[in-house]
Amino acid sequence: MNANTATMTDSGIPPGKTGTWWFLASEIPVFGGLIASYIVVRLGSAGWGEASSHLNFTLALINTFLLLTSSMTVVMAHAASQENNYRSVANFLGLTVLLGLGFLGVKAVEYTTEIAHGFTPAAGIFWSFYYGMTGLHGLHVLAGIIVNIVLWIGALKGSLARHGHRVELAGLYWHFVDIVWLFLFPLLYLA
Amino acid sequence: MSEELGYWRSRVFSTDHKVIAKQYLSLGLFWALMGGATAYLIRWQIAHPDTEAPGWGFIAPDFYNMLVTMHGTIMVFFVAMPILLAAFGNFLIPLMIGAKDMAFPRLNMLSFWVFFLASVVLMASFFVPGGAAAAGWTGYPPLSAKMEYTGVGWGMNLWLLALALEFASFLLGGVNFLTTAMNMRAPGLTWFRLPVIVWMQLTAAVIFMLSVGPLIAGAVMLLMDRLIGTTFFLPEGGGEPLLWQHLFWFFGHPEVYVILLPGLGIVVDVISVFSRKPVFAYRPIIYSTIVAGFMSFIVWAHHQFISGIDPRLAMPFSITTIIISVPFAFVIFSIIATLWRASITFSAAMLFALGSLGVFIFGGLTGIFNGSAPVDIYIHDTYFVVAHFHYTLFSVVFFGSFAGLYFWFPKMFGRMMNEALGKIHFWLTFIFFNAVFIPMHLVGLRGMMRRIANPMQYEFLKPLEPLNMFITLSAILLLVSQVVFVINFFMSLARGKAAERNPWQANTLEWTTDSPPPHGNFAAVPSVYRGPYEYSSPESAEDWLPQDRPLTASRTAVR
Repeated sequence: MNANTATMTDSGIPPGKTGTWWFLASEIPVFGGLIASYIVVRLGSAGWGEASSHLNFTLALINTFLLLTSSMTVVMAHAASQENNYRSVANFLGLTVLLGLGFLGVKAVEYTTEIAHGFTPAAGIFWSFYYGMTGLHGLHVLAGIIVNIVLWIGALKGSLARHGHRVELAGLYWHFVDIVWLFLFPLLYLA
Repeated sequence: MSEELGYWRSRVFSTDHKVIAKQYLSLGLFWALMGGATAYLIRWQIAHPDTEAPGWGFIAPDFYNMLVTMHGTIMVFFVAMPILLAAFGNFLIPLMIGAKDMAFPRLNMLSFWVFFLASVVLMASFFVPGGAAAAGWTGYPPLSAKMEYTGVGWGMNLWLLALALEFASFLLGGVNFLTTAMNMRAPGLTWFRLPVIVWMQLTAAVIFMLSVGPLIAGAVMLLMDRLIGTTFFLPEGGGEPLLWQHLFWFFGHPEVYVILLPGLGIVVDVISVFSRKPVFAYRPIIYSTIVAGFMSFIVWAHHQFISGIDPRLAMPFSITTIIISVPFAFVIFSIIATLWRASITFSAAMLFALGSLGVFIFGGLTGIFNGSAPVDIYIHDTYFVVAHFHYTLFSVVFFGSFAGLYFWFPKMFGRMMNEALGKIHFWLTFIFFNAVFIPMHLVGLRGMMRRIANPMQYEFLKPLEPLNMFITLSAILLLVSQVVFVINFFMSLARGKAAERNPWQANTLEWTTDSPPPHGNFAAVPSVYRGPYEYSSPESAEDWLPQDRPLTASRTAVR
């Protein structure tokens, strides 16, 4: 509250970051509601552990590793953008996109094997939550990949240099998607 | 800053917050016509069951279900939200904080067009085979979860899609409101120099953004139940129908305050201007608003007292529900104290603000009945509840919006509205509104249930027919009264007296620029020296003291 100065009265946080944080704040209740629903329904019914044992734990562990690594590469892209090294930014963003695509690819393998074994979304309440939670999370991963691809193209063409802060904003979102997975993984695979 | 833009960029795909506000306003008013039309058909069927409604025709029971569903959906999500939150918020926030536009103008345009898409989807749902959604505006499963229960197929899916798009649009809008207000206030405009309506818009945005998430998740889950066979809400597959009610009302009740707060903010501002007095207890009003915002998250289950929730849950939610009336009562008493010994000008805007206040108080009182679980068991799902929420919502959505429109029309469109027509519009609306909804309490107390297509098939409801006919007649007159507004609106738009900068001699920043403001709003960034409500200040020769007028250095007002 720097009153009566020549500039606008502001919060000291750049608009882009303020907006991103508010957006993430509104995303938390989406998954929060889903997770709360999971807890309530799980407490009221049986057979979850048995259903969960049909999931492929190894693949999910690999996926966790992919996503955690991608959180690291997105931070390295941000660090490179602060040094104005946009060649390096492009490399790390590209790596992030690849890791994200790898996550979705593994997820697709999981879905197909599960459905092939008869565990469709209609196979029971555990499977409703499994497909609902991982599906909504997968869409968020996809959105993050698209954002990172757009930035990657910008970094290659050199137009990103004027909007370097966007790497950080995309990174914030990417971390959020990563953290959501860290909740979903134990809830679904270690159930 | 204002380079020449072509027709499409300046009028249709504009990023100017004022144009976007008017787009929201137009679309909201259009939906209000649809909402009114559904109200007419609903009332006709109740008063004269299974007869031809004039201008429409026979209303079958499943069509009636669709009418009540779409009436609620349209009025809450496609009238109240775009007008109160999006139109007034978009128009007023940048102007009142001295900013040249929103923080993210292109995101703002995107918000509107996503909302437009939601409107198109909802409109399309009327025309798909099976008709539009018919499971109530609350969409309770299992009724909403399976096509065979209502006979509605894609109508319900499109309903869910339209709501999801609308929520996305208002989430983006909320990000914009909050970022703009946090980062773009004029020099000297501290948080406690903001007009009450800005505070209430921001609180509403926060409440919306933090409460809608679980319903977005719920909408995805319901859509999956309908489309790919999951069983989130279907007991035969291990699901929980009650879960939807929690997800819906965890948003649905805060949503009431999302709508209420901007309307209440309009009332506070308009009443201060036409009372020529500072708002009584400005800071405590802000604190009350924030407290009410927090509390709005812990009252939701009062909608579910007879839904089969654990009875031990009912009493805590009853208590929080009664407590939340305290901060609102505080705001209302402050408004009344503002009026105390004021020199009041009864302009059309002021009449609507006062009408909003009176009607809201009445609705608040019946809310205490509904909020206490033992009483609610008797009146739940009756017309008493319908009358209650129309008293609370109509007061802010229509009385509040009309107050805002009569007040800010000159700033929005550069022309004055006709005051005489405005006053006629107020009295007709006020009289017929009460004629509709006061008797409705009686109908409800005698046990008439909501959402029944033909009350006459129940022996105990037959004596209520004359009362229902009276309500329907009043409702039709209430709808016809709005023609006065439509005529006034378009006549003033075309031929109204040109508006000066500050026709109401108000203090806030939007009145210091042209009517309508140019692209970029202010010729120079205004500097703010005081709070927004310095009316009848001894420091000024006139009875108003604009926020941006410097006094001689030694006498600068502090607030």
